[in-house]
Amino acid sequence: MSIIDTVKQAATGMMVKLTPDAPPDPLIARKHGALGTSVPRIDGPRKVRGKAQFAAEVPAENMTYAALLYSTVARGRITALDTAATEAVPGVVFVMTHRNAPRLKPPALFQTDPRAAGASSLPVMQDAEIHWNGEPVAIVLAETQEQADHAKSLITVAYQAEPARLSFAEAATQSHQPPNVMGEPAMIQVGDAEAALAGAAFKVDLTFRTPRHSHAAIEPHAATVWWDGDQLVVHDTTQMLHQERWTLAGIFGIPEESIRILSPFVGGGFGGKGLWSHQILAVAASKLSGRPVRVALSREGVFRIAGGRTTTEQRVALGAKADGTLAALIHTGIVAMTEHNNCPEQFTFPARHLYAADAMLLEQRVAEMDMLANTFMRAPGESIGTFALETAMDELAEAMGIDPIELRRRLEPEKDPTSGHAFSSRNILEAYAKGAERFGWDKRSPVPRSRREGEWLVGMGVATATYPYYRMPGAAARVTLTRDGHARVAMASHEMGMGTATVQAQAGADRLGLPVENVTFEYGDTLLPAGTIAGGSSQTASIAAAVTAASAKLVADLLKRAGNDSPLAGLSADDVEARDGGLGHRDGGDRFESYASILGRAGLEEVSAEAEAPPPMEVMSYSMHSYGAQFCEARVNAVTGEVRVSRFLGSFDTGRILNPRNATSQFRGGIIMGLGLALMEETEFDERSGRVMNPSLAEYHVPVHLDVPEIDVIWTDIPDPHAPLGAHGIGEIGITGVGAAVANAIYSATGKRVRDLPITLDKLL
Amino acid sequence: MTPFSFARADDAAAAVRMGGAPGAKYLGGGTNLVDLMRETVEQPTSLVDVTGLGDAIEERADGGLLIGAAARNTAVAGHRTVRTRYPALSRAILAGASGQIRNMATMGGNLLQRTRCTYFYDAAARCNKRVPGAGCDAVEGFNRIHAILGASPACVATHPSDMCVALAALDAVVHLQGGAGTRSLPLVDLHRLPGGRPDMETTLEPSELITAVELPALPMAARSTYRKVRDRASYAFALVSVAAALDVAADGTVRDVRLALGGVAHKPWRAAMAEQALRGQPATEASFRAAAEAELADAAPLAHNAFKVELAKRTITAVLAELTGDRA
Repeated sequence: MSIIDTVKQAATGMMVKLTPDAPPDPLIARKHGALGTSVPRIDGPRKVRGKAQFAAEVPAENMTYAALLYSTVARGRITALDTAATEAVPGVVFVMTHRNAPRLKPPALFQTDPRAAGASSLPVMQDAEIHWNGEPVAIVLAETQEQADHAKSLITVAYQAEPARLSFAEAATQSHQPPNVMGEPAMIQVGDAEAALAGAAFKVDLTFRTPRHSHAAIEPHAATVWWDGDQLVVHDTTQMLHQERWTLAGIFGIPEESIRILSPFVGGGFGGKGLWSHQILAVAASKLSGRPVRVALSREGVFRIAGGRTTTEQRVALGAKADGTLAALIHTGIVAMTEHNNCPEQFTFPARHLYAADAMLLEQRVAEMDMLANTFMRAPGESIGTFALETAMDELAEAMGIDPIELRRRLEPEKDPTSGHAFSSRNILEAYAKGAERFGWDKRSPVPRSRREGEWLVGMGVATATYPYYRMPGAAARVTLTRDGHARVAMASHEMGMGTATVQAQAGADRLGLPVENVTFEYGDTLLPAGTIAGGSSQTASIAAAVTAASAKLVADLLKRAGNDSPLAGLSADDVEARDGGLGHRDGGDRFESYASILGRAGLEEVSAEAEAPPPMEVMSYSMHSYGAQFCEARVNAVTGEVRVSRFLGSFDTGRILNPRNATSQFRGGIIMGLGLALMEETEFDERSGRVMNPSLAEYHVPVHLDVPEIDVIWTDIPDPHAPLGAHGIGEIGITGVGAAVANAIYSATGKRVRDLPITLDKLL
Repeated sequence: MTPFSFARADDAAAAVRMGGAPGAKYLGGGTNLVDLMRETVEQPTSLVDVTGLGDAIEERADGGLLIGAAARNTAVAGHRTVRTRYPALSRAILAGASGQIRNMATMGGNLLQRTRCTYFYDAAARCNKRVPGAGCDAVEGFNRIHAILGASPACVATHPSDMCVALAALDAVVHLQGGAGTRSLPLVDLHRLPGGRPDMETTLEPSELITAVELPALPMAARSTYRKVRDRASYAFALVSVAAALDVAADGTVRDVRLALGGVAHKPWRAAMAEQALRGQPATEASFRAAAEAELADAAPLAHNAFKVELAKRTITAVLAELTGDRA
């Protein structure tokens, strides 16, 4: 279900006037608040002192420790399963397999309902059938982790293997269009793109391949769970608290209210911290054993049972007219997916919004394979889609003999090329101009392989970054104001290391006219008002909209309570603003009363209001996206083909920047992950067995410090008048465009185009 | 991890006695063995900790250097004599692993570390090294990191050590103590090619303990170096590495040369053919390239690692050229 569908659904039957042209958030115009300043991370001191308690660190009396055994065939049936030796190991408390697991309903698949969190709809350990190589077939509980790990290794399993769909090339011959791609059409056609391509003055027609990636968050997936009678407590590391609660309730057939999920810290999410099988198995095993269970996946476990980015084969064909504008833009391709999940890796999304073209053909297809369900991984689709599209743009610019930035200038659309909507805020050319100047783009030679320093060939590349603005519906926030001039803002949202609590304290402070140190943001617990998922770079906007609604309600309530003795008497909520620890007339005059005074006269210690955010109507009326220009200088060793990225600059246009320090870190993190995508990350999926062969950070390479140069980050800081706080989410855009910027820099250095990731040295020899 | 007993040896004789027990293994820094135990690839029933044995680095009267097997990698790499007289060894050690791992890893343990072949690590895969006679899933699987020299149909794994490549080039000798007494053998004879028994990785007798590594006096080693080519800038195993020492006469011909390769074979690969081809030849890029061609003439690449042949040739040529110039 797309955000648009959800909005339409939410709006249907609501007696509200749809007001896409609501006035801009007044905080955008406020110049001297906490927003826009580099407030240090509130969670920082606790984390550096080791005092932040993560899911695998929550203590429990009588704890048991879980070990999971994974299948070694991709498809088939378990024909024999012997756990006798395991059960005889000292310390073993309980062994669960499909033979004694409780009957469970399949997880509600993510996006089939706004409340669903299931990464796959496959039933978990309900029968002898195997669906992928690595599927859990047993969970062992023991008094210590070491006992559980050892006992697990003594289980013997025999399988009747069955033919499995393991070859992507073969599966691709049976590909089909999914019903939709994240709620959007799987195919968009404008005119006859193939004919326009055939007749174009300049053209490129290219094939790109991108591999599977595995999530490698510093904190592997983990949960500590227990039952207290009929009440279930889950300490998890999750990006979707209430969604997980609703889904677990469905699986176990219990009321939502009997489940509490806590997740105060997530050690990196990136889209991977959803509801997988390990939490379900831990809850079931805890129920049957009557003991608390801690399940902490090993790194191998993450590779086997928690999905990542899927493999793609993409075609980008561009046809340009003599004047340099596009006659044809074609971006099509196939991704590997299972029949039990729905993450078709929306690689055509960038092409839907970036460039003006007379004719377009954008189509996504899906090839079904017997593998671990793939899932979201930092800018799913956009990361690898921009690799293909932006490499092709570079190749077209070269074919036309013009600078790649000049090409993008010529292709800049006046309105969204596929939706026809006006852009809410789009300053991509400014981002390019600023970035080019700072990076020294004018020093790049248009002739490849023209700069050499010793053994090193040096080149520069550029690419566009883009990611949509999303705001998820359904978020509610509670704002509580106390007589001593403090406030608590609360929503069951998520801190995955990006600074949620800090930025929301800043936003709450400005919204309520309080100093930032007087505002606490409460999150990470389903006892709080329901939040939305931390996904799609949407959480900041989603929270802000709900806090705005709750604050408005609170102000109205305060005015009522202020009464006729207040200097505010007779003013409506529209007449006042929060400032200086109280409410005052918008005209800035002396009609003002502090919160302490209002609450004191009313005899209240605190006052609280809760409200749900209005549906995100803004996305129905505007094309809302973030943009950026990624600049890369790469050095390629002429002897060995080794690539070292020596300079990088990201120039972003993502609305208002709320906390420059946090934002810099977010952008840099995305760019570093993009360097991994460009140069080294690849999950080795053995097509003979369906097995992942490098489930370890020794063999699955992500960038280490020496691979990462100083990364310069700048931004336009131009607020989007249609977004809460004027801001766009920035968690994902950093990775987009990086693959192409690196590939284009490598081409500039060497004269070699590499169109299949990762760009390892053997491709450059 | 399978339960095991643990004992610390006070001297080599006691270690050898304890190491003779069935299922016993010597434990150095544990940076490889303990990982493999966690994967249940190794399942010793007892561990004999030998990190308390000799770790001294002693200069010998004949100009050589004797390094105790328990010496930590970091200590060896940083040792002044190693850095000045055997720079290839220092550089090779520092090119490997991470600072934390090098602080733990011992000289002896480094020699005996096991391959990074991913099929060796995965109990679900067939591997003749892990289960003799089981077959090899790497030959037709992911074999980008695998051997191009000296492999067999039974095994195409490589030896992962950087340090051993330098030791192979520098004529290192390994000192051993076993039940039958002490002996020594050239490092290049310590590791075996896989043949039909890739599970037998060394020529060590059962319970034989490495007590020291000796570097003979080798004046030309002062002009030696190590170059490692890998998939990221740090913390990755070599795709190809080259250790070399070069002695160029006044007339510009190669008086003597030592050359060894890593990442290409089941053992650190002493490039004897290339050395032979170079001696007496002009120290030019053309000679270096020709020598590299001679060494790699018998290379038998697999589906994914053909690039290693050219990469090895280029790297050999570049390293020797570097040693010829002023940069060594």
